[in-house]
Amino acid sequence: MTWLTWRQFRVPAASVFAGLAVIFVILAITGPDLVGDTNFSDSDVLFGGTILVMYLLPAVVGVFWGVPMVTRELESGTHSLIWNQTITRKRWLTTKMGVGVLAAMIAAGLLSLAVTWWASPIDALASQGTDPGSMPRISPAVFAARGVAPIGYAAFAFVLGVAVGIVLRRTVIAMAVTIVAFAAVMVAVPFLVRPYMLPALTETVTISESTITQISANGDTGTVEWIGVRNPAGAWVLTDETVDSSGNAVAPLPDFVQGCMPGPREGPPPNMQNIQQCLAQLNDHGYTQQLAYQPGYRFWPLQWIELAFFLVLSALLTWFSFRRLRHVS
Amino acid sequence: MTILRAQGLGKKYKRKWALTGCSVEIEPGHVTGLVGPNGAGKSTLLNIASGMLEPTTGTIEVCGGVPGSGPEQLAKVGYVAQNTPVYANLTIEDHLRLGAHLNPGWDDKLAQRRIERLALDPKQHAGKLSGGQRAQLALTIGIAKRPELLLLDEPVAALDPLARREFLQDLMEAVAEHGLSVVMSSHLVNDLERVCDHLVVLVDSQVRVIGDVENLLATHHRLSGPRREVDTLPSDQHVISATHTDRQTTVLVRTEAPILDPAWAVADLSLEDLVLEYMANPTVVRPALEVLR
Repeated sequence: MTWLTWRQFRVPAASVFAGLAVIFVILAITGPDLVGDTNFSDSDVLFGGTILVMYLLPAVVGVFWGVPMVTRELESGTHSLIWNQTITRKRWLTTKMGVGVLAAMIAAGLLSLAVTWWASPIDALASQGTDPGSMPRISPAVFAARGVAPIGYAAFAFVLGVAVGIVLRRTVIAMAVTIVAFAAVMVAVPFLVRPYMLPALTETVTISESTITQISANGDTGTVEWIGVRNPAGAWVLTDETVDSSGNAVAPLPDFVQGCMPGPREGPPPNMQNIQQCLAQLNDHGYTQQLAYQPGYRFWPLQWIELAFFLVLSALLTWFSFRRLRHVS
Repeated sequence: MTILRAQGLGKKYKRKWALTGCSVEIEPGHVTGLVGPNGAGKSTLLNIASGMLEPTTGTIEVCGGVPGSGPEQLAKVGYVAQNTPVYANLTIEDHLRLGAHLNPGWDDKLAQRRIERLALDPKQHAGKLSGGQRAQLALTIGIAKRPELLLLDEPVAALDPLARREFLQDLMEAVAEHGLSVVMSSHLVNDLERVCDHLVVLVDSQVRVIGDVENLLATHHRLSGPRREVDTLPSDQHVISATHTDRQTTVLVRTEAPILDPAWAVADLSLEDLVLEYMANPTVVRPALEVLR
């Protein structure tokens, strides 16, 4: 069975690994230039590209490896040829999924290793950033493109493709459903799962001229809705909100602030001193700024948790696939 | 001794029953033809027997085991599905290799010899084969696995008459050589007549008639003569169908005894006529004689 699986799988496998080889060459050429640099604005496109590729790989694995592995057989009827050799369906699927999952995990592992190495100077700089716009490696978009988590994504995407294929039996529809489902999971996990895997740290920051880094106002009404403070370096900030003396979040900010703030569109640039004085009133009225965040040093624990989470999802889908397989004809 | 025994077998797809209450026993050592109109449940029965489908109700035993229950069972039963699927992007050689890898009882000499005799190029991709060649390849895999029972589901339906004849001839030779039992479905009775020594007519999941082909032909007669009621026929003549015109009556009877009534003109039936009569008359005109008495 291993021979047949390999014989059927070698073309899609070779295509993906050839693509990876091209990426490795690009990273190997550009990577050494980044070491010791402090301004990476020239590498923005490449940096974005590496993240994009990390997201694309599991999707490609699920859609082009996972889905056709079963649907091709069901569509061409060859499943009735193969299931009537002296081999049970279970063993047939075990071999197919075994080979596929292993190849998917190796591909994702290698790419992640290469990208993590390539981006390490950029990540090191970002880990010192306190600006809310900085992207340390623990921030959601970058997190999924580093470390061991992508191995879990690839395994999950592959198994998802197989499971969807077994249910829907049609290659094209199963491909579409797989990509939508995978994207949904990848969007949902950073919002609904990852922040709660470890209890977030909280910090109360006194609102003052020196701590405030951002003010955001509603463009139509001029109401100040939110202020942001300096973030812990290299952390993934989950909430950054103003709370009153009894601990309730306030948005928009209270009236006494609105009164003394200049509207966003009026006249000459507002006087910074006035604004800061205005906001300092918040402190006088007992308001503070509350932060909840995952600190940068939790990157690896969260990576392993994420990997385990996706492997558990993959195991559930595998179990489901084998259950459904009995009833496929 | 049976090689396939089904009892009250039923299969339901979503809301529709494809097979209901089917009971049949097939003896080993024969080439059994399974005929019946579309939707009679032929394919469903074969699919269940091969283990491709799970029955919804009833039981089935094939070669002494439950279909698809494990490698031992799979080794005993060969199955060539409708449209004889093969891997389009694998070569003939690859297919034989696949068979050798996946079947402990694989007879590689047999497979190689067959491919050679069929004048097929082992390097050719199966996707480029003609329908007949593809069927031959699928049959080769089925036979070289050396099963006890080979199930063929409409293997020749898609073939032209010449390819059909070659395929069946080939099948017959393989059967004679290796002594395997075969159950094959078809709605082309002429084709079955050429290869089958046993016949099962399946109508609406029910076995209408089952038996040795020669015996069936010898015991069925078409009688025509002056108009009369079928009730007046001798009690050992089992009436399958009866048609009347103003003056004439034609009846199809099944009887072991010779036809003695000189009023009848007796004609023998072809197998196709016989099958068609059974398919066209799903209920017995005059049921079993014991019941009448």
